[in-house]
Amino acid sequence: MMRFNTLITPPADWMSGGQTEHGAVLTSRIRLARNLRHHPFPGWAKRDERNAAFDLLRPAVEALPVMKDAFSQQLSDLNSVQKQVLVERHLASREHAARGDGSGIVIERRQTFSFMLNEEDHLRMQAIRPGLQLQAAFEALSALDTALESTLEFAFDPTLGYLTTCPTNLGTGLRASAMLHLPGLVLSDQIGPVLQAVGKIGLAVRGLYGEGTESLGNLYQISNQSTLGESEETIIRHLERVISQVAHHEQNAREKLLEDDPEMVSDKIGRAYGVLSHAHIIDSKEALNHLSLLRLGGSIGIFPADTEALCDTLLMDIQPAHLQHHASRKLSPEERDSLRAKIIRKRLQNHPSPATCPPSNDSHPPTGDLPSPDES
Amino acid sequence: MKCDFCDAKATVFLTQLVEGQSKKVCLCEKCAQERGVTDPTGFSMADLILGGMTAATSQGGEGLPDPPPGATKKCPTCGFTLEDLHRVRRFGCAECYATFREEIAPMLRGLHRGLSHVGKVPEGLMALQVKHQRLQDLRTRLDQAISSENYEEAAGIRDETLRPAEPPSPQAPAAP
Ligand SMILES: [Zn+2]
Ligand SMILES: [Zn+2]
Repeated sequence: MMRFNTLITPPADWMSGGQTEHGAVLTSRIRLARNLRHHPFPGWAKRDERNAAFDLLRPAVEALPVMKDAFSQQLSDLNSVQKQVLVERHLASREHAARGDGSGIVIERRQTFSFMLNEEDHLRMQAIRPGLQLQAAFEALSALDTALESTLEFAFDPTLGYLTTCPTNLGTGLRASAMLHLPGLVLSDQIGPVLQAVGKIGLAVRGLYGEGTESLGNLYQISNQSTLGESEETIIRHLERVISQVAHHEQNAREKLLEDDPEMVSDKIGRAYGVLSHAHIIDSKEALNHLSLLRLGGSIGIFPADTEALCDTLLMDIQPAHLQHHASRKLSPEERDSLRAKIIRKRLQNHPSPATCPPSNDSHPPTGDLPSPDES
Repeated sequence: MKCDFCDAKATVFLTQLVEGQSKKVCLCEKCAQERGVTDPTGFSMADLILGGMTAATSQGGEGLPDPPPGATKKCPTCGFTLEDLHRVRRFGCAECYATFREEIAPMLRGLHRGLSHVGKVPEGLMALQVKHQRLQDLRTRLDQAISSENYEEAAGIRDETLRPAEPPSPQAPAAP
């Protein structure tokens, strides 16, 4: 059985490969919710009923060929930092991490698949891929779902589809989402109209806002909202089309910025590089915002292309539980800010200084049903 | 602005756009930390708003079916009631959906694009449904044959209903 450190120490497969679509799409995630036909849902089940479901689920999931030598634990056997690391790495939900006896998690070695047992639903299966790969991630996960059907009887209704604890997931039980990095649209003040347009066609967009209007780290998540009445393929095709259009808008925005105001772009990226390479105390908000600019520098040629992967890995490693796992002890917020700065400095030690703004490449204008931000 | 979960000053603002409408949740630093919404790459902030049925967004349980006064309708399998749904905003077991199918229909209309499932069906179940459909079709044809006094055809169809189903061919008519 795989140990926690063996699982977590290497970066996940999907953390450092998001160079598709000009790096605007970091990751694609698919989640499927399933429940057992003859067992009460975990939140309503009594302790022994929950354990009975767990005893059915665990061997079935562990028997999947892809889960050979997987990490498999009851949540009660993990300490609070370990649970939090799994949350930060998107391998467990926060709600799941708060559970104990009778709930568990099975994670594939490369961290591509993660199965939560007795979460809100009996089974929450997840697949993560770098870049825009929702279709591929879905196909891989759906095959595992089909394999489980031979040993587990899932709750299914011909009209309502897969029956989930919460009616928001009925039908396909599918949540598909992509994480996007959109600094070009933010810097050129076009993010509002683009997100409005995406929101209007029935998808959900989320950003985390600070005091101003900019999103933390210029990161946005786009996902489907409805799970009943559309097939998995329709949901995913629609989502992929919209996401690649947003990625094209982002690409155009970056090119336009470089054309119109290369000094401003170089200045922002250079300052971010300066702070990150020399700071000794840095909180996560400041780090995220500077890392966003550093990542932008990697995608527009101010830094080597592998800067994007460096930033994506750092994004994970500077989070509170990852820092505490790294230090092998609990850290106060002040200690975290120091360690965070230290890790970033170290990673940037041999990183080349910013080059001056390169000329922009040819752009490929987007086509499709999403209006360009200039027109709306 | 005050935190949606406690009375402290809100410093973290979460925005979601759905169908052109933006929904906003305001949190103080502490509640944001507790709910894990400070990680912009996490699902938790998505779930917080998208949950749709969490305390923060469902003011007074909009869309939830009202339990009729004095109602005692219970899920025969797990004992779940509509009052429980109001309280926990989640169901008790698979059978609950059959029990409260009518009551939750209006709520589903607000949550989803459609009211009936389109998409993946568990394979074992699919085979069962195809078998069901075949028998039903044969019985319809049998009835028609009998009512038009076409007894020779009727006998043929009856024999067919007694034979096990052939393995599904690619040309097999798909269930609607
Ligand atoms: Zn609060
Ligand atoms: Zn029930």
